Amino acid sequence: MNIDINLGDTTVHLWPWPIEIPVGDWIKAFFDWLEASFGAFFEVLRDILKGMFDGLDWLFTTPAAGVIILLVGVGALLARGWTFALGTVLGLVFIISVGQWDNAMDTVALVIVAALLAVLIAIPLGIWAARNDTVSAVVKPIMDFLQTLPAFVYLVPALALFRVGVAPGIIATMLFAIAPGVRLTELGIRGVDKEVVEAGEAFGATPGRILRQIQIPLAMPSIMAGINQIIMLSLSMVVIAGLVGAGGLGGDVSAAIQRLDVGLGFEAGLSVVVLAIILDRFTAAFGKGMGLWSRIAKARKTKREEAEQARIDALELDTEATPRTPEPVA
Amino acid sequence: MNDIALKAEGLYKVFGRNANDAVRKLREGASRDELDGATAAVIDASFDVKKGEIFVVMGLSGSGKSTLIRMLNGLHPQTAGTVTIGDDSITGVTPTKLRDIRRHKISMVFQHFALLPHRTVIDNVAYGLEIQGMSKAERLERALKVTTIVGLSGWEEKYPSELSGGMQQRVGLARALAADTEVLLMDEAFSALDPLIRREMQDQLLELQAELGKTIVFITHDLNEAMYLGDRIAVMRDGRIVQIGSPEDVLTNPANDYVEQFVQDVDRAKVLTAESVMRKPRAVVHENSGPHAALTAMRENEISALYVTKRDRTIVGWVRDRDVMALVRKGEKSLASAIQTDHGAVSKDTSLADLFIPSLEAALALAVTDDKDRLVGVVPRVTLLAALGGEPEAAASAEPVVEPLPTEVVDKVLDAATTKGAQS
Repeated sequence: MNIDINLGDTTVHLWPWPIEIPVGDWIKAFFDWLEASFGAFFEVLRDILKGMFDGLDWLFTTPAAGVIILLVGVGALLARGWTFALGTVLGLVFIISVGQWDNAMDTVALVIVAALLAVLIAIPLGIWAARNDTVSAVVKPIMDFLQTLPAFVYLVPALALFRVGVAPGIIATMLFAIAPGVRLTELGIRGVDKEVVEAGEAFGATPGRILRQIQIPLAMPSIMAGINQIIMLSLSMVVIAGLVGAGGLGGDVSAAIQRLDVGLGFEAGLSVVVLAIILDRFTAAFGKGMGLWSRIAKARKTKREEAEQARIDALELDTEATPRTPEPVA
Repeated sequence: MNDIALKAEGLYKVFGRNANDAVRKLREGASRDELDGATAAVIDASFDVKKGEIFVVMGLSGSGKSTLIRMLNGLHPQTAGTVTIGDDSITGVTPTKLRDIRRHKISMVFQHFALLPHRTVIDNVAYGLEIQGMSKAERLERALKVTTIVGLSGWEEKYPSELSGGMQQRVGLARALAADTEVLLMDEAFSALDPLIRREMQDQLLELQAELGKTIVFITHDLNEAMYLGDRIAVMRDGRIVQIGSPEDVLTNPANDYVEQFVQDVDRAKVLTAESVMRKPRAVVHENSGPHAALTAMRENEISALYVTKRDRTIVGWVRDRDVMALVRKGEKSLASAIQTDHGAVSKDTSLADLFIPSLEAALALAVTDDKDRLVGVVPRVTLLAALGGEPEAAASAEPVVEPLPTEVVDKVLDAATTKGAQS
């Protein structure tokens, strides 16, 4: 069926729709231009990312697996307690048992580098967006875009700019994981009790000081949730990044897909699940007052406070005649 | 040196687009509803706050009082008008200068306390001093003193979440006091507290104020609180200040129907003082004048008793017509033996609520004295009741407390005494 409109001399075709937008060509042209103009820059970036990954990977794979497990176990004990420590050790032993240890360490190194970069970008960006409505209005759609664009689509330009290897995996992972970090940081800072911020202003604090002493500390739970989300998303993306040769567990997963190897797929997949649970529980425990570490810290704090209170009381006895008896907490 | 601590002139705050345009319209007499797109929160607010005064801004929610107080320290920049603290203008200055004024000239107490939850009490109290740039040892010492003044000794190392609401607000108050500024802004400071604690905090504030003599701008929606704390009260409605005056002014001479309606529910007994309802004593005798003169005075005024004072009006006691008549009959020349000294006079600052019992106990209209014990007025029981009803004038035709002796009887005695005096 054709729909045409006759306007005297000219005929306008309405159907089939005559307009075609070559978005694909534009984006391709853009990336070609990017590669042609900043090729050297991407080369350097690639080397830096590769260097970071290699360094971390070396750190994780050089010692015997037992040593790493022991260290992580102790860390788990400090962060959350006995049950988590036990679960962590069992999970890591499982990974060794299915022969995925080296892959798992590669993946962890990849996640750490990507998540670190994402956090380093997300938090300042989130803070900036929280303090400036224009920035917020610009950042928001970009984050929507990054979060909803299918994960595989990141890989193509990353591959074009950084070539096969670890670097495109890290970049794609970072872009994919950054959004919740920015959002939760902005949300946290904006959600800080307005009156407390006003109190800072009313006493003449500078904006920087208010940020440091009031906004960031009070937004910490939200920021920590953002970091947790970044790490979890990084882990899920890192598996996909296996497709571009980033290696690790993702490498085995994509190999399993190509070979239709159900066994290998599940061995690598379950290892990812184990890593995910361990990383999630670790990062969720930050600042929550769980585990041995916080118990030790708490005991030390109480002791210090008591000492401080005693010192203050002694001062008061010197200066004041009678310290008033404190009223009970209602 | 002048005695104005804070001065606001022609303050406007308009939110929304075309703010300046809206101000121009308002100045030309437009009402708040005639501004399209803009919301006027504060309209043409002008007032002076004297040094050492508690200036209360009272209004319901939405009346613009919170916006107004935030304009006094620049938390909300004004749309038009000026604010001066001491000799410093805070309007139209650089952010650095404004911060400097906030550090040293004006501090603030917040409705929901606004304490830093991750800092201990002592560190919260020292917060303003920290921003002023004081050394750690020095600011802790100062904070410690203030913490003791507000009654929080022993809680210095606790966190705000470990304290009750009243105690948290004490921390808020201590933080503001520690900064040692001349002016203190208090934004609904006690509104979030339960009534008993609120009353306790009000009393403590008055106590502190008597000691420290700060200039306080206090915002509240509670008229009783305004009346209790305020040296002067500004009543706000729909962004405008509709009346500024002393609590008694506002109560007895409301500027318009709105204020009148508002003050209707006020506990008059707590706001009005003996001075505001007392009237002139009908008659008073000096202790040196004789029984004859006293009885004559009572007869002329048709009263059964009257107060006896010295020459300088210092109150001595009171006499009853029967006793005086007996003296006259006996031909005594001095009133002294009839004077009863249990006059039960009250000071002129006593609130009406505290007049009831003395008034019941007094045999005649309650005597009111100034701080030098001089009789300045009396409060008959009917006046007391009428004042509570909101119409002190209704008591003008007050009946005397005790029926006086019949005039004929008194006349007879007086005549007899006169004759007797003439004979002897």
